[in-house]
Amino acid sequence: MEILVCAKRVPDTSENEIELNSAGNDIERDELVYSVNEPDNYAVEEALQIVDRAGGHVTVVTVGGDEDEEILRREMAMGAHHGVLISDDAFSGSDGRGIAAILKAFVQTGHYDLILTGVQADDGCAQVGGMLAAMLDYPFASLVTSIEVLEGRKLKIGREIEGGSKEINAIDLPCVLSIQTGINEPRYVGMRGIRQVASVPIPTLGVPELGVDPETVGEAAAKVTRLDYFVPPAGRGAEMLQGSREETIDKLMDLLKAKGGLN
Amino acid sequence: MFLHLLGIACFAFILARRLAPLVRAECDSRFDRPLLRLGRVLQFWLGQWRHPRYKFAGIVHILIFLGFLILVSRAFSLLALGVSDSFIPPAISGSASRAYDIVRDYATTIVFICMAVAAIRRGIFRPARYAVPARYGKDRSADAIFLMALIGILMAADGLFEGSVAAWHSRQGQPAEFLATLSLPWVLKSALGSAPLTALWNLHLGAYLTHEVTFFFLLCYRPFGVQFHVETSLFAVYFAKLDRGTLKPVRWGVSDKDLDQLKSFGVKNFEDFTWKHMLDFYTCADCGRCSDQCPANAVGRPLSPRFITIKARDYSFQHYPVLGRSNNGHPLMGSLYSEDEIWSCTTCGACEAECPLLIEYIDKIVDLRRGMVDEGKVPQSLQKPLKALESRGNPFGKMEKKRADWTKSCNVPVLKGRNGAETLYFVDSVTSYDDRAQAIGRATARILAVAGEKFGILGAAEKDSGHDVRRFGEETLFLALRDHNADAIRASGVQRVVTADPHAYNALKHDYKDLPQVEHISQVIARALKSGGIKLSPLENANDTYAYHDPCYLGRHNGIYDAPRDVLDAIPGLTRVEMPRSRDRSFCCGGGGLALFYEPKEDQRMGVLRVRMAVDAGANVIVTACPFCMVNIEDAIKVAGMEGKMTAIDLAELVDRQMVCGAG
Repeated sequence: MEILVCAKRVPDTSENEIELNSAGNDIERDELVYSVNEPDNYAVEEALQIVDRAGGHVTVVTVGGDEDEEILRREMAMGAHHGVLISDDAFSGSDGRGIAAILKAFVQTGHYDLILTGVQADDGCAQVGGMLAAMLDYPFASLVTSIEVLEGRKLKIGREIEGGSKEINAIDLPCVLSIQTGINEPRYVGMRGIRQVASVPIPTLGVPELGVDPETVGEAAAKVTRLDYFVPPAGRGAEMLQGSREETIDKLMDLLKAKGGLN
Repeated sequence: MFLHLLGIACFAFILARRLAPLVRAECDSRFDRPLLRLGRVLQFWLGQWRHPRYKFAGIVHILIFLGFLILVSRAFSLLALGVSDSFIPPAISGSASRAYDIVRDYATTIVFICMAVAAIRRGIFRPARYAVPARYGKDRSADAIFLMALIGILMAADGLFEGSVAAWHSRQGQPAEFLATLSLPWVLKSALGSAPLTALWNLHLGAYLTHEVTFFFLLCYRPFGVQFHVETSLFAVYFAKLDRGTLKPVRWGVSDKDLDQLKSFGVKNFEDFTWKHMLDFYTCADCGRCSDQCPANAVGRPLSPRFITIKARDYSFQHYPVLGRSNNGHPLMGSLYSEDEIWSCTTCGACEAECPLLIEYIDKIVDLRRGMVDEGKVPQSLQKPLKALESRGNPFGKMEKKRADWTKSCNVPVLKGRNGAETLYFVDSVTSYDDRAQAIGRATARILAVAGEKFGILGAAEKDSGHDVRRFGEETLFLALRDHNADAIRASGVQRVVTADPHAYNALKHDYKDLPQVEHISQVIARALKSGGIKLSPLENANDTYAYHDPCYLGRHNGIYDAPRDVLDAIPGLTRVEMPRSRDRSFCCGGGGLALFYEPKEDQRMGVLRVRMAVDAGANVIVTACPFCMVNIEDAIKVAGMEGKMTAIDLAELVDRQMVCGAG
């Protein structure tokens, strides 16, 4: 099975203190450390496990700049067979639809049976996977928490439903799935692994290679633009329950029931 | 004669087969410092140094061991008798021979009695540490008792051989062999006094035959189980690891910069162990002392050092059989060992401090972890801190520029290049970023100032020492951290490095190379107290009782037991008690470095057990000298519901509190 995983490099929320920049339209990006978007990492792990069972190859693609190559190397150190960087000045500032259009052009340059994305990017809107599927006219499933390869170009997939239930679907290949964290336990990638793939060439594709109309992507073509970016003001502090231990326990139980925390 | 040749041939064949995996094993550097090694053979092998740590079993073992040493020459002379009746042991004659005979008679008797005692102990009293939990296989007592019975038969046959011939001679009016009073041969001679002559002669021959058959059976059976240590222990002790606190390199003979060329890291298959580690597997006597001391085992983690060894030995016997083809090359993880088992170790070293045969565990655990890291098998709970160590130089993922934020309320210079400071205070990550541990950092800085040290810190230029990165198997990341810090330390031009973190101390002292002298703050304080640089005021509350908890990497791994105790005893009015598990038997608080992040499967916390030990010792203040111990023990006090009844304080904090400022 040929699997494509779309990944993104994002500021690592666990290793940064996110602050607004002085202009108030973005976060302060000096001194940030980046890593591969966590759900995307699960998607790569899932792809590798599928290939381990069913054979095939895993390609990881990202849309960005030269600095984004590091996440491709990291995923290749994990075991992905190919990494592809899509980078062109014409692509910068694209909205979700633009990114999906660029990815669609890339998908059409190859023969992929299965396309995985993370369920959403830490700094994103969980939109690219669905739009990519629509543009390709492929079936799509989101929040996937298990994948099993069936006979006859079909997959059996589990999906997470609000409230903790799960549903199982069959889906035809080729398809696009957005992968939820927790679907597997991604393997560790150490410095040694990254060094071992340091000299593997990573192709960079742009407008000429993909044949994307530059007018349809990029900042100028974006139909969604950011107006503001802010940290919400801290809300009212926590409510402190008063009274004896028994009373506070009773009050807590009532609150939990009222808010749906207990069934 | 035929029996002897057959026995020796069988034994030689079995030994050769047992050597087969050692030949395929990784190399190991164990041929240096022969005099030191010889000294350790005298202390730990001949001197049985560690045996009395378990008094009863230890003394019984020492008696058996001495008996065996005495009887070794007897076994050879009996062998020779089989070849020639007139054989007389060379170099022993006359009164020396007489004296040896007496000693030997008693040795036989003592070994015989010890075997009976040991068999009763294993068979009836069954000390808990010999029990085999179901997940590790079947109980091994039957085999142990069988082996003891064989030795018992050997001794009895020897005694009967002597006793019957003496009785035969005396019945014939000939001068009988002198037998030591109340020895086994003496008792048998007396008992056989009225037996017919032919029966005596037949008994004499029968005893000889029994002795020889049992001897050779035992010789050839020992390499199949726990008694193989009779043959291997001398070599295991001679080749034992000499340097505490160190770790073996990924591969002996491969320099750090050539590591990238290696195809594989660590132990994945049995053959990736070094030959010495395989020798350890053969040498284990299954005494269970390691696991009896192991804190991971005590709290119900899926780790028992004893079975790390026993399972490997079983694997080796199964895959390198004496008869049949070797069947090697299966991955150990997931079959022989579980991942949780190998991550459960805190590398506290209690097992290694206890093993009478100096069997090593930490190097094996770390090698197995290196193998898992190389294959990406790292628990999710450890992946985040490792990634943060790579990108931010600390496991918490905090910003580098905030590394010196703990100094805001006290004035600590950050060294930038050579600015004349003589001493570098290496703070390390937990003290830099953890709210609680930062107080230890401030106390340490104030002590250094009062002691008159010209010192500074590296600030944002410092990264994690990498101590536990290395011990959790991430060698490549460790090397990057080490190289960064070593360059920064050398660039600062200091003559001395001081730290209050025993993990950093151990790393800087043993894992780093070519650094200035490294000291722990307890040593600095002890010296300043002697010279008068620091003076301590009497305790305000003299009703408190203090117990000192030895941090593993200060005590066991570096032998610093007395400096912290001297400091405590220098505080006027301080009452100090010792927990039974102190010094080299100290009980790990739960582990430092990445162990803080690992989520083990366990019944209870090590720290909680440790706090209870302090309570049992009558203490209400636990003094530690390690920021990780502080974090773990304070958590444990809360978990155990002992807040208000027990407090924990770092040695540096205590000294800072009691310090008379302006002194000296």
